[in-house]
Amino acid sequence: MRKIKELIIEKLILLCGLAAIFFVVLIFLFLLKEGLAVFKMVSPSDFMFGKSWYPISEPPKLGILPLIMGSLVVTFGAAVISIPIGVGCAVYIAEIAPGKIKEVLKAGIELLAAIPSVVLGFIGMVTLVPLVKNVWHLPTGLTALSGSIMLAFMAMPTIVSIAEDALYSVPKNYKEGAFALGATHWQTIWRVLLPAASSGILAAVMLGIGRVIGETMAVMMITGNAAVIPQSILVPVRTLTATVAAEMGEAVVGSEHYFALFAIGIVLFIISFIINVTADLFLHRKQ
Amino acid sequence: MVKFVVRDLNIRFKSVPALKGVSLEVKAHEILSAIGPSNSGKTTFLRTLNQLNALNPHLTMTGSVLFEGQDILKIDVELLRRKVGMVFALPLPLPLSIFENVAYGIRMQEIKDKKKLTDSVEEALKEAHIWDEVKDRLSESAFKLSGGQQQRLCIARTLAVKPDVILFDEPCSGLDPISTARVEETMLKLKEKYTIVLVTNNVKQAARVGDRTAFFLGGELIELDNTHKIFTTPSDKRTNDYIIGKFG
Repeated sequence: MRKIKELIIEKLILLCGLAAIFFVVLIFLFLLKEGLAVFKMVSPSDFMFGKSWYPISEPPKLGILPLIMGSLVVTFGAAVISIPIGVGCAVYIAEIAPGKIKEVLKAGIELLAAIPSVVLGFIGMVTLVPLVKNVWHLPTGLTALSGSIMLAFMAMPTIVSIAEDALYSVPKNYKEGAFALGATHWQTIWRVLLPAASSGILAAVMLGIGRVIGETMAVMMITGNAAVIPQSILVPVRTLTATVAAEMGEAVVGSEHYFALFAIGIVLFIISFIINVTADLFLHRKQ
Repeated sequence: MVKFVVRDLNIRFKSVPALKGVSLEVKAHEILSAIGPSNSGKTTFLRTLNQLNALNPHLTMTGSVLFEGQDILKIDVELLRRKVGMVFALPLPLPLSIFENVAYGIRMQEIKDKKKLTDSVEEALKEAHIWDEVKDRLSESAFKLSGGQQQRLCIARTLAVKPDVILFDEPCSGLDPISTARVEETMLKLKEKYTIVLVTNNVKQAARVGDRTAFFLGGELIELDNTHKIFTTPSDKRTNDYIIGKFG
């Protein structure tokens, strides 16, 4: 009797595991089927490197280079802002902060992660956007920079918590070894802890960037959504994700526009996949 | 000459006493070995000498420790730790080449001169009796060395910082008898130039290398005398019981 029970539970768990893979495969197949159809009308290189995105003109121009550039600019900006602050914050929490401050900071970081992206986008729209506009005297504050700053807030919790874990799991002996050689606290952090935790920190950075590139709501609200190749970070840009979210509702099912949006989905899928695999490689790198 | 003077040293971990009223002296160019069962306070004592205990915010210390006549609490802690080097129980090479492992501590003193660096590394490796075994493979990873070689590499790393005193914290607990013999041989050579405090769980090791031996039990210093005396005619019965293996 107990054996049968064991067997049933075992199979149920197996089923749960398989279901996850099954759904991922289904989603991917669906995406491929709908997305690849666009390449009957436009060549892959025209699609990836075409400089104009006019999906509803006649004939439609379906070049996503401006969108890819938009995503890259916003992501790069967010990375430049969030990586130093995030890693610095992780070092402070893991190494320097006394007990109470540490608890408060960790709770604060978790709270930051819990803010829905639409709320962040909304706050950015009414505070950050006018600020950017006034500081640089721009015609509009809806720029790549605004998006980068807002997205940096979203990447930070991921970076901080994973990097802090990585720093925390550096063997205590390493630290004591450095101190015993007469190293100062900063020398110990810089020359021992950070290198020893480097693979975990890189993984944290990759996952943070992964979150930024996939983010939709906040960027759609504050980057201005102009599908042109950005010449600076102070102009409106449109990202891959925002394009899909904004246009899917209007695209006629079965039209070139509709298939092109799915193809953008494939591009995003591939980018996230590469980022996650890279993060995974860093995380499980054996010394 | 006396290197350390310890007077009425008390250390508490939170509210639990770890050392109770320990007073002793460490003389220059001797090997003072500290023996005792685990939790006897011998390692806590050792870690007081280079202020490594200060890293633990739960430890409180009373009493005084003088290093070369100066209160250790008044010496710049990084300077103290450079003068009082430490070798740990497990060999802990960093994921770097053999050369870089030894150069590590020197680089931390912002010494950039290449020639000086190379010379110091060579000198330290020679002093630690490992030069002949590694001189042709300095750029290889330190992880390729055997356990005993790694431990002597760690000794070299400590020596490279040019300390006066070297603290050994159970340096052979993870080593086989042959590697242990080589490390002990190294220690005996080192005492000509340095002062050594050795904490060991291996009573026989204390008998082999120690000039004087201190027996710790339950946070107290029970007895401190010449090694020969401790191992032949100890004045305290508990010392005798521990040495002959009645408890431990």
